[in-house]
Amino acid sequence: MADVQPIPLDTLIVCPHCDAAYELRRPGVGERARCQRCGTVLITPRRKAGLQIIAVSLAVAILIVAATVFPFLTIKAGGTTNSVSILDAALAFSDGPLVALALTTAALIIFVPLARVLLALYVLVPVVMDRPPARGATQAFRLSEALRPWSMAEIFAIGCAVALTKISDLADVAFGPAFWMFAALVVLVVVQDNFLCRWSVWKSLEKT
Amino acid sequence: MEIAGKNVEIKSARDLGVIACTRCTQVWPVGTEACGRCGKALMMRDEKSLQRVWALWLVGLMCYVPANMYPMLQTRTLLSVQEDTIVGGAVELMHHGAVGIALIILVASVVIPLAKFMAIAFLAVSVTRPSSVSNHHRQLLYEVVEYIGRWSMIDIFVVAIMSSLVQLNTLAAVNPGRASLFFALSVIFTMLSAQAFDSRMIWDVQAKHKGTVEYE
Repeated sequence: MADVQPIPLDTLIVCPHCDAAYELRRPGVGERARCQRCGTVLITPRRKAGLQIIAVSLAVAILIVAATVFPFLTIKAGGTTNSVSILDAALAFSDGPLVALALTTAALIIFVPLARVLLALYVLVPVVMDRPPARGATQAFRLSEALRPWSMAEIFAIGCAVALTKISDLADVAFGPAFWMFAALVVLVVVQDNFLCRWSVWKSLEKT
Repeated sequence: MEIAGKNVEIKSARDLGVIACTRCTQVWPVGTEACGRCGKALMMRDEKSLQRVWALWLVGLMCYVPANMYPMLQTRTLLSVQEDTIVGGAVELMHHGAVGIALIILVASVVIPLAKFMAIAFLAVSVTRPSSVSNHHRQLLYEVVEYIGRWSMIDIFVVAIMSSLVQLNTLAAVNPGRASLFFALSVIFTMLSAQAFDSRMIWDVQAKHKGTVEYE
C-alpha cells in the first residue's frame, strides 16, 4: 500500500479544531503539545496520570453519592426549619410540565457527573493495569466525552453561592455536611478533567 | 512546546489529502467513512453543519422569548404573592440594595445569552464570506461561546435551590415559574447549536481567499 498512500498516517496528528496537520512527536514529561495555529492542546501527558485519575474518580463517585443523600442546606426563619438535599433541589421543579426540568436538572448536577466518573473508571482501570481494554471501552469513552459539556456540578456550586446571598437577608441559612462534600467534589471534578489526556487514552484503546 | 519546529508552514489535513477524526485526532485516507479508532463518522468538512447550527439557533432564540415574558419565580409571603420575570427580579434586587447579585443575574441570564446568539450568528455568517475579523479572533470567539454557554444554566440552578429551600409553610414560599422551562430549553438549544458548528471552516475561508499567499 506504500506507493498508493505516500502519507504516513500514523505519524500525523491533526488539530480537531482547525484541521492543521503536524508530524507527531510525543512531548516529554511536563511538556504539552499545542496546535501552533489555534492553540488547542493536543497532547498533555503526565506521569502516573492514570493512577491519579483513577484515585480522583473513585473519590468523586463516593462524594457524589454522599453529597446527594445527606442534607445540603438548612434554612431557619420564624421558628420554621427546612432542610434539603441536592436531590430535593434538583427535583424542585415538580409540578406539571416542569417535571421535565426537574429530571434535566437532576441529570446535569448528579447523574451526568456520576456517569462520567464511572465510565472513566471502566475505561482507565484496565489500561492502567496493563490489561487489554475492557469490552466496549471505546463506546464508554466516547459517551464520557459526549457527556462532558453536560456535567454541570461546578455551575451548580456557583448557583448555590448566588442563591444563598439572595436568601440570606430573608432567613438564616446553615450548611449541611453535603455542602462541604459538594465543594470538594467540584474541585476534584475540575482536577480530573484537566489531568486526562484524551489523545493518550485513545492511543491506548487502539491496542486491541 | 510545539509538535513541529517553529515557522514551518502549516498545512491542513485537507491540503495533504487526508481526513482527520475530530474526536480522537487520528488520520485516515480520504474516503474512509468512519474512524477506525473511535468510530466517529469522518467528514472532510461537515457540509450540513451550518444548517444544523441555524436550526438549533432559531429554536434557542424562540425559547428565549417566553423565557423573558413569563415569570421565573413566584414568591409567596404572608401578605402577598409576587411573580418576577428575569429582568423584573433583577430590578427588584437592585431596589433592595443587592446590586452585585442583580448584576450577576443580569449578566448570566440576559447579556450572555444575547451575546451568545449574536456570536454564533456572526460565526455562521463569517465562514460563508470573507471576514474582516481574523481567524484567530474567530476561533477564540468560538471557544469562548462553547465554554461560557453552559454557565447560563446558573439561573435555573438558583431557581431550583431557592424554590426547594424556601418552603416555610405559611411564612414564605418560593416556586419556579414557567419561564424556567423555556430558559433551560433555550440554553440547551444554544449549546447544541454551538456544538454543531464545524470550527475547521473558520480556517478554510482564509485559505480560499488568500490562495497560495498563505503559505509564503
